Amino acid sequence: MTEILAHLSGVNRTYQKGKEKVEVLHNLDLDIPQGDFVAIMGPSGSGKTTLLNLLGGLDKPSAGSVRVGDAEISAMSNSQLSHWRSTNVGFIFQFYNLLPVLTAQRNVELPLLLTKFNAKERARRAAIALDIVGLSERAKHYPRELSGGQEQRVAIARAIVSDPSLLLCDEPTGDLDRETADEILKLLQLLNSEHGKTIVMVTHDAQAASYAKRTLHCDKGTLEVREAA
Amino acid sequence: MRAIRQILAVTWLNLRNLPRRLGTSVVAVVGVAAVVLVFAAVLSMAKGFEKTMVAAGSDDTAIIMRKGSTSELNSGLSNDQVLIIANAPGVFKDGNVPVMSAELYVVVDVKKKSNDGDANVPFRGIQPGAFAVRKDVTIADGRMFEEGKNEIIVGLAAQREFAGLATGSTIHFGQTEWSVVGSFDAGGSVSESELWTDVRVLQNSYRRGNSFQSVRVKLQSKESITELEAALETDPRIDPDVMTEKEYYSSQAAPLSQFIKVIGYPLTVLMAIGAIFGALNSMYSSVSVRGKEIATLRALGFGPIAILFSTIIESTLLALTGGLIGGGLAFLVFNGFQVSTLNSASFSQVVFDFAVTGDLLVDGLSVALIIGVVGGLFPAVRAARLPVAQALREL
Amino acid sequence: MKYFRLVWKNAWRKKIRTSLTVLSVFVAFLLFALLSAIGQAFEGGADVADADRLVVIDKVSLINSLPMSYLDRIAAVDGVQSVTHSSWFGGYYQDPRNQFAQFPVDPSSFMAMYPEYKIPREQLDAWAKDRTGAIVGQELATQYGWKIGDQIPMQATIWTKADGGRTWEFKLDGIFSTDDPRGSAAMMLFQYDYFDEARAFGKGTAGWYILRVKPDADPIQVARTIDAQFANSPSETKTSTEAAFAQSFTKQFGNIALIVSLILGAVFFTLLLVSGNTMSQSVRERISELAVLKTLGFDDRTVLGIVLSESILIMMVGGMLGLGVGWIAVQGLAKELASFLPGLFLSPAAMMLAVAFMVGAGILAGIFPALKAMRLSIVDALARA
Repeated sequence: MTEILAHLSGVNRTYQKGKEKVEVLHNLDLDIPQGDFVAIMGPSGSGKTTLLNLLGGLDKPSAGSVRVGDAEISAMSNSQLSHWRSTNVGFIFQFYNLLPVLTAQRNVELPLLLTKFNAKERARRAAIALDIVGLSERAKHYPRELSGGQEQRVAIARAIVSDPSLLLCDEPTGDLDRETADEILKLLQLLNSEHGKTIVMVTHDAQAASYAKRTLHCDKGTLEVREAA
Repeated sequence: MRAIRQILAVTWLNLRNLPRRLGTSVVAVVGVAAVVLVFAAVLSMAKGFEKTMVAAGSDDTAIIMRKGSTSELNSGLSNDQVLIIANAPGVFKDGNVPVMSAELYVVVDVKKKSNDGDANVPFRGIQPGAFAVRKDVTIADGRMFEEGKNEIIVGLAAQREFAGLATGSTIHFGQTEWSVVGSFDAGGSVSESELWTDVRVLQNSYRRGNSFQSVRVKLQSKESITELEAALETDPRIDPDVMTEKEYYSSQAAPLSQFIKVIGYPLTVLMAIGAIFGALNSMYSSVSVRGKEIATLRALGFGPIAILFSTIIESTLLALTGGLIGGGLAFLVFNGFQVSTLNSASFSQVVFDFAVTGDLLVDGLSVALIIGVVGGLFPAVRAARLPVAQALREL
Repeated sequence: MKYFRLVWKNAWRKKIRTSLTVLSVFVAFLLFALLSAIGQAFEGGADVADADRLVVIDKVSLINSLPMSYLDRIAAVDGVQSVTHSSWFGGYYQDPRNQFAQFPVDPSSFMAMYPEYKIPREQLDAWAKDRTGAIVGQELATQYGWKIGDQIPMQATIWTKADGGRTWEFKLDGIFSTDDPRGSAAMMLFQYDYFDEARAFGKGTAGWYILRVKPDADPIQVARTIDAQFANSPSETKTSTEAAFAQSFTKQFGNIALIVSLILGAVFFTLLLVSGNTMSQSVRERISELAVLKTLGFDDRTVLGIVLSESILIMMVGGMLGLGVGWIAVQGLAKELASFLPGLFLSPAAMMLAVAFMVGAGILAGIFPALKAMRLSIVDALARA
């Protein structure tokens, strides 16, 4: 019996759209065990990203509870959430979202600014993270000097540098060609198997989803579980 | 012709999307407005002061003082010398009587209304001829002082600026009590800053015996000044400085107006440089916001010259708008604003109004124009050189 | 401090825009430095004043002289430690434009009254013995190239000599300076005895008296006693502290400080607009990046701080440069204009005020963009990108 890392129960999320209420997630229950690699698929507007945001503490449920590890994050204040995010989750975005004014190394160090580590320790840890993603030799380059795949690797290094147990990926390969996408997905697999990261990945792409241990299909605010292909 | 049509078309397009860049455009306009406002305000002080001093001076009145004295306050003339001057050639005579006024000029401490501080207010003893040797001096209110009595009349500007000088009141200078029996209008000239009384009374109360400090005489004509000067210069009994009243007052005005200009012009230049940076910022952001639009226009066949000029025109229009606002504000707020200051040349107070004159406003608008053209030039060059293909791909 | 790199890099993201903003801030603080030095020149007299010195002038007007007999009568007043006198000479050197202050004084008592004027002992002694000798401030000696031993002819505008001459010739016996950076020694001092004997009129009078009160005496009380003593005489007096005397002079010029502050107000208003605009442009462009920072766990206050620091940084860079160049310029101008506008000085208080303005303007310019950044909803911002 593996330990449950994330536990959602009875989660509702509604948005006010003009005068209309739109229910994005409806009475959702979900358990994600430690060490899982879940792909979430579904059409646009099905609530995939909302689910990811809830898991990462970027958004709060309208009803129900979200628990990650020991933390009841649906009950946290904004600043508690900020602090929690800095050590417990890593985010990976479709468009990498690196800061253009900083080098790869400095981008990776960014989350460590929130810790008590000194400059030397921050540099050491960032170097390790860059090494894991295989980009050590590009440490001094600025984002505009990197290819899309390299930028995404830097973003992944940034996500793992503070050693969070949960990685949340929103269409991580959506902007990449097939070959590069496969490399990134293999890297995620590696992080899952070798480094024990629990990964939740939202994707449109069935081939990307095939790298996950299992795939959840999201539709009209509910989830349907299918085994990985 | 085609070029002009293109420029107009592109300029029109630029101005149409001005609201999208309202923030930066407003900043540029306000920046220029502030420059022109400060420029006009500071220099209107110099202008107003000069105007007050020049208004007092006439070409056909000569003023005679002891040689070497830089102002009436420093001068001294005996009664005998005054008589020599009165009978010198070139002096206009009404019948047989020379038109002249021998005067005594002292300063007294009176409180300023604005800051309750002591002010060196000029107190002049005059002879009846004083009105004839000065143009446009008339009793505005009350009556003329009576000869031999401790009575004073007060310039309108002095009455507004200094405390305790209302017609009908009494005021103490030292041991002597004076009654303010009237006020006089001198067309806004420097005389209006003064208090006047009978010269004999002033001599007594200041223990000056029968001495004077200056003599003003009406000249037969403007040219008579040379005749008068030659006669007095060669007379061994007297060692005078002879000049027209106009010369005298412009020399009195020079140090202070020089001072204001020495401060005012560099100030304007520095502020204008600051405003040019503001205009540059605004125009660079205008060019970068319109990058795609400019590229599209170029692709459609508009020439780089049209793009260049339209950008400069836009910046110039913004700057001129700012200039008009700044100049207008300066005119509304400062024009006619009355102040008084110590004119170091005469060691006494001069009351004057700020004068935001037409040529000052034209100068201000020229400054705005320069800011606009310079602020638009570099961004315009960048806009004209924009690589079309690349700009179209971006965004 | 660890955020400095991020703040610095962000500030220079758009080099042209930031440079232009920095330059306008630079100009603003350069102006601040120059204008406050000019303001100081007008108002600074009161700052250098000695609280224990009183000035006695004629009640009706400063231009009226007081009888020399007052010297002993003032000295006899209770609480007066020492007294000296001075008069206005009002001459010029060679050209009427070369005007500076000249005072006929009593050398030993005058220099004892003003210990801030430093002069070598032997020069003072030489002057005290030399009836037609004079000493000048360092500024004047530099400006006119005078050396000790030079004959300096001064043209009188008021004081003709008894023989009818207007040229007073003095031998330069010494050069003095003031040790107070706010003060000025742009003046010429010569012997009263010679002046009084040679002048054509006004003999036996002094322009004003300066006295020092005893340390335990109340200056206000002393002033009242003196004025009461001369009340109802032909020459009534007005006694005030040196500071009040200097202030009354400043007030004569009108409200220079007000005019200076109005100009500075216009400058700062413009400056705030320019930099506030830069900041809000810059924040607008960076919405998604700020959202990423928040995603990474930067809390609201840190994001607020980062944006505010950027604004303050831009102000500080431009402001310090402007203040520095202004300081250098004031040093230079103070030398150049020593006799035209003495007392040009950028005071430490004005510099502190400038730094406070930089921080304040930085906060004002950055606060709205920073609040906007702080309140940013991550979900919306990321969705927009």
